[in-house]
Amino acid sequence: MELYEYSVSALKKMLQNKKVSSREVTEAFLDRIEIIDGKVQAYITKTAEEALKKADEIDSKRQKGEELPSLAGIPMALKDNLCTKDIKTTCASKNLYNFKPPYSATVVEKLEKNGAVMLGKLNMDEFAMGSSCENSRFFSTRNPWDLERVPGGSSGGSAAAVAAREASYTLGSDTGGSIRQPASFCGVVGLKPTYGRVSRYGLVAFASSLDQIGPFANTVEDVALVLQAIAGHDPMDSTSVDIPVPDYSEALQGDIKGMKIGIPREYFPDELSSDVKDVVQKGIKKLEDLGAIVEECSMPHTEYALPTYYIVAPAEASSNLARYDGVRYGYRDKDAKNVLEMFMKTRNEGFGEEVKRRIMIGTYALSSGYYDAYYLKALKVRTLIRRDFESAFEKYDCLVSPTSPSVAFKLGDRVDDPLAMYLSDLFTVPANMAGIPAISLPCGFSEGLPVGMQIMGKAFAEETILKVAHAFEKNSDFQGQKPRGVE
Amino acid sequence: MNQKYETVIGLEVHSELKTNSKIFCDCTTEFGGEPNTHTCPVCLGLPGVLPVLNKKVVDYAIKAGLALNCEIASFCKFDRKNYFYPDLPKAYQISQYDLPICKNGKLEIEVDGKKKTIGITRIHMEEDAGKLIHQGDKIAEAESSLVDYNRAGVPLIEIVSEPDMRSPEEARAYMEMLKAILQYIDVSDCKMQEGSLRCDANVSVRPVGAKEFGTKTEIKNLNSFKALQKALEYEIERQIEVLEDGGKIVQETRSWDESKGITVSLRTKEEAHDYRYFPEPDLVPLKIDEEWIEKIRKTLPELPNERKKRLVEEYGLPEYDAGVITSSKALADFFDKCLESYDKPKIVSNWIMGELSRLLNANDLEVEDCPIEPQDLVELLKLMDKGTISGKIAKEVFEEMFATGKKAGRVVKEKGLEQISDASELESIIEQVIAENPKPVEDYRNGKEKALGALVGQVMKATRGKANPQLVNKILKEKL
Repeated sequence: MELYEYSVSALKKMLQNKKVSSREVTEAFLDRIEIIDGKVQAYITKTAEEALKKADEIDSKRQKGEELPSLAGIPMALKDNLCTKDIKTTCASKNLYNFKPPYSATVVEKLEKNGAVMLGKLNMDEFAMGSSCENSRFFSTRNPWDLERVPGGSSGGSAAAVAAREASYTLGSDTGGSIRQPASFCGVVGLKPTYGRVSRYGLVAFASSLDQIGPFANTVEDVALVLQAIAGHDPMDSTSVDIPVPDYSEALQGDIKGMKIGIPREYFPDELSSDVKDVVQKGIKKLEDLGAIVEECSMPHTEYALPTYYIVAPAEASSNLARYDGVRYGYRDKDAKNVLEMFMKTRNEGFGEEVKRRIMIGTYALSSGYYDAYYLKALKVRTLIRRDFESAFEKYDCLVSPTSPSVAFKLGDRVDDPLAMYLSDLFTVPANMAGIPAISLPCGFSEGLPVGMQIMGKAFAEETILKVAHAFEKNSDFQGQKPRGVE
Repeated sequence: MNQKYETVIGLEVHSELKTNSKIFCDCTTEFGGEPNTHTCPVCLGLPGVLPVLNKKVVDYAIKAGLALNCEIASFCKFDRKNYFYPDLPKAYQISQYDLPICKNGKLEIEVDGKKKTIGITRIHMEEDAGKLIHQGDKIAEAESSLVDYNRAGVPLIEIVSEPDMRSPEEARAYMEMLKAILQYIDVSDCKMQEGSLRCDANVSVRPVGAKEFGTKTEIKNLNSFKALQKALEYEIERQIEVLEDGGKIVQETRSWDESKGITVSLRTKEEAHDYRYFPEPDLVPLKIDEEWIEKIRKTLPELPNERKKRLVEEYGLPEYDAGVITSSKALADFFDKCLESYDKPKIVSNWIMGELSRLLNANDLEVEDCPIEPQDLVELLKLMDKGTISGKIAKEVFEEMFATGKKAGRVVKEKGLEQISDASELESIIEQVIAENPKPVEDYRNGKEKALGALVGQVMKATRGKANPQLVNKILKEKL
């Protein structure tokens, strides 16, 4: 077995027992990237030099017998919308093609303190807007299971890198499914924590009331380890919540006998492809076999989640992205004759089609005369969606559904049809609207492509969904499969 | 002004709060400083940053609300006001829209002895923008422009009045009283020349007796009390002229051109921004409980009107004197400090309203920067009371003190200005004056009382003003 094939927890033990050095592990991943990334194209920026320096630092500390934190010396990579001090953070946009932040995101600082070794920055849909990674202004990332297919999005690079073993774990961000949907497409585990569980400081904002940072890894155990490192209150983020962070690895222990799981029927609509449906239903059967009490339930406002999302998210985005005007940083049109022209040309050239589409939708929804009909109404529907979850969670410990209505689709298939593209977030958007945690984990295959199962939990009850996911994972037999496209 | 029309004025006043740090980050709020040195990723609005509310700003806003008799909201929130401008780092300003921190207040003003209550619609908190420095006159015509973000994120409160004012004088009185109150409660420096107190005026005219308001215009760029009054006077005249000529007032924003003394159109209603306000998702709503409000209420000092009343009742000052002295907290503090060690209130108020104010104005200084301390003035007044110097000399000494910062005793000594009250010394000088001025002497002896004045003047001249005038009078009369 190659070093890059081990899980985070296995590497952690090997490093702690000095069976292997961080330099060896890091070099193994760097070599892997060298060989594979030409096909997968997960990385926008590679930071090999910095990675090796950090690895050596950790190794020398370990040699001296220093006590090291849990993730010390383990190589990882970050979605390119997480600010990294003095390292390019582009959001896969022409607007930020040269932007080097003078500060690091809180999660980045936390991982650094934890001894993490950063291999580089990962591709994404521009400003996290998209479901296929095809909206990157630089290049499209490929799905490691089939290089003709998309890895999902917007955190496509983060999912593909973990699937192709180009990083032992990665961070992504999830506004409407941007962690879970690519995790599902790439056959890895991806967690969107509760809104407020992880600090957003330093995450380049898309939709502030929905954005949340979360981990990708190959196992639930690894995801729990990484969440442990990044969770917690941050005085720099007023929306991060000041409550204790439980021990997530500890929470994985034990079985799920007697646990009550709701299956919302609205998450199995006609749009759901039948093979995905079959695979997920088999998965649900397995949870039942493991002792969970499974019941069908109803979430009546589910159908409004997607349209509501496409008011709220673009509205916030139109404001969040207004600062990219060419005045202070990033791309600026050089030929403009006055300030208004500079704003317009910079933004017209700096943003891609999908970003511009959403800025326009959002600007429209917030405009005087339309605000009440769109934005205000969307906020009200959002409350109804939240209540659906609240009443469901009075009865159930968690809810299970497919992560996305289909498996990974082919590159180019949906680029000209935004609505078809939006539909792949049908089942993931509600969790963002309600702010609750949700995880996607591999549940089986359809035509050789991974299918993801989504487990949604109560706010701040990440340990519950991790536990269910872990129990499922331990009892499934397809985990060892390697992505065909890169083997 | 044309007697057929009535003026309606409402003011929107922006006041920078004097917290140590900015509203959403810990950068200093200090004025001046090299451009872009009082900045950080947060106030520069870099990608990924988030605002964190400075609680001190809320304290100050509550304090202002209480001082202006407002209701303090138990629940309020921040909103984003979206517009593009190079001095606005995020392209939105974090402000408060439909749920401001304070509302329904009032303020009492006095114009020509008549008291009037002006309603305060609301007070809200927001962040200031940066400053543009154009290489040319206007942004549209400038070769290039530079931006200084030191001011970006400095906390502001915006105080919006009801359209209760009926003349430029009332508007000015309101603004002056508002400034006094904000200074009394120590939440703002209120330096109009540094922009820490700014004002926009909404003004309209209507035929006397009309119930509906006329179409209003908003005037910006009012950087002093004088500008406020002059601009309003001009704009009222302009509006009346338009109406008299059968025209209609266009609802628009106009700018006061100080050098030309006119208002000019900036943009019409159709060109007005749509700010697309929506709740700021990066901040949680703010809950203010009674305990918090009471804690702030306890810190409220005596306010201008109460203090004025006290000066009248306790010291017997005339209403007018008390009004002038309490119009500025610093002036009133100066007065009270003097009275701690000197018990003639009217003399102190005369000196403060007279010499002190005159010299401050002449030197363009604020009371806070006055080189003379209250105890220095008291020392001077005591020298006068003891007869060491005359009243006339005292003014000269005061000027010297003001110019050099030296104490009264030292100035008197150095310049040899002690009053001559030694009769024998004066007698010889007076004898000489009598000898040298036969004409007035003769006039006086012939019953012309007035001639004595000329002789006293000669004695004062000979003593360079130092002679004790009463004594000179007495001796002169004896000798004659």
